[in-house]
Amino acid sequence: MRKAPSDSAYLSGIIGGLPFLLVLLPFGLLFGVLGTEAGLPLSQVMGFSFLVIAGSAQFTALQLMTENAPVLVVLASALAVNLRMAMYSASITPHLGAAPLWQRALLSYMLVDQTYAMAMQTYEAQPERSVRWKVVYFFGLATPICPLWYGATYAGAVLGATIPPEFALDFAVPITFLALVAPALRTLAHIAAAMTSVVMAVLLNWMPYNLWLMVAGITAMIVGAEVERRMSLAKAKLT
Amino acid sequence: MSAYSETTVWLIIAALGCGSYLVRLSFLGILGNRDLPEWVLRHLRYTPVAILPALITPLVLWPQATGGALDAPRLSAAIVALSVGLWRKNAIAAVFAGMATLYGVGYFLG
Repeated sequence: MRKAPSDSAYLSGIIGGLPFLLVLLPFGLLFGVLGTEAGLPLSQVMGFSFLVIAGSAQFTALQLMTENAPVLVVLASALAVNLRMAMYSASITPHLGAAPLWQRALLSYMLVDQTYAMAMQTYEAQPERSVRWKVVYFFGLATPICPLWYGATYAGAVLGATIPPEFALDFAVPITFLALVAPALRTLAHIAAAMTSVVMAVLLNWMPYNLWLMVAGITAMIVGAEVERRMSLAKAKLT
Repeated sequence: MSAYSETTVWLIIAALGCGSYLVRLSFLGILGNRDLPEWVLRHLRYTPVAILPALITPLVLWPQATGGALDAPRLSAAIVALSVGLWRKNAIAAVFAGMATLYGVGYFLG
């Protein structure tokens, strides 16, 4: 049997992506269910998962749309949630930047939380791999992950149409966000940013057009970054 | 949702799709192999934990479904989801615990 290195790269990518299906399936289902419950037709629910392909941003947009927020606020908030991906894009470029442009254009579409986390872990553990190996590995990772996101959304949307409105699904989005944020509160700086965000949301609630969300988000981001800076300064002084 | 026409919703989806793609493509496809200034990276690290809590807060404190009154099932579900998420570091477990609390407390209070 012929065993080209690219074959094993693709296969190990697929294997690396499989565990994430457990995480993506429920969130994809949930987005499908809630999107349908909110009144979106199947085509638009699927449009979100195909084009935006980012859970937190999709839930953010959906929540603000059920509140009838202004379009610009919906866009700015959901995109702000996705800004972290600029960081992904920057930090994965040393590994994939030498690939042909068409490959990088495709890889960018598939650059989601799960593919990024797994790819970086592998690239850093095996720095001797060629660019081609790394590209094929990334395609392998995305092979189970991206189609599952579409499939789970579709299943959720079909299911959502049959769920009676008595179920208090209005609260599934806040619970989902709490579930996503809590494990991310890893450092003092993350906690400080989250606390600032909560306090500002309460203090600024009088602001019209959901503008409080933007102000709270920006302030909390600055607080998080500043706490991190001071913590590292303090650590540098100690050593 | 009623505030938007079907075209507006498609515009939102398209704009979010393009925007998210451009963010992903930014360095990998356009800017290439150059270092982001440290202060920019430092701020980007905190975008999700800065935005999402602000988005959740009013939904927990003043849920629309109850006309804005604090509500025992929703508040306890939020506390349970947050606690399980912090404790287990597992988002799925937190969702299940939160939803179970929402329905459980709602059932017992009638």
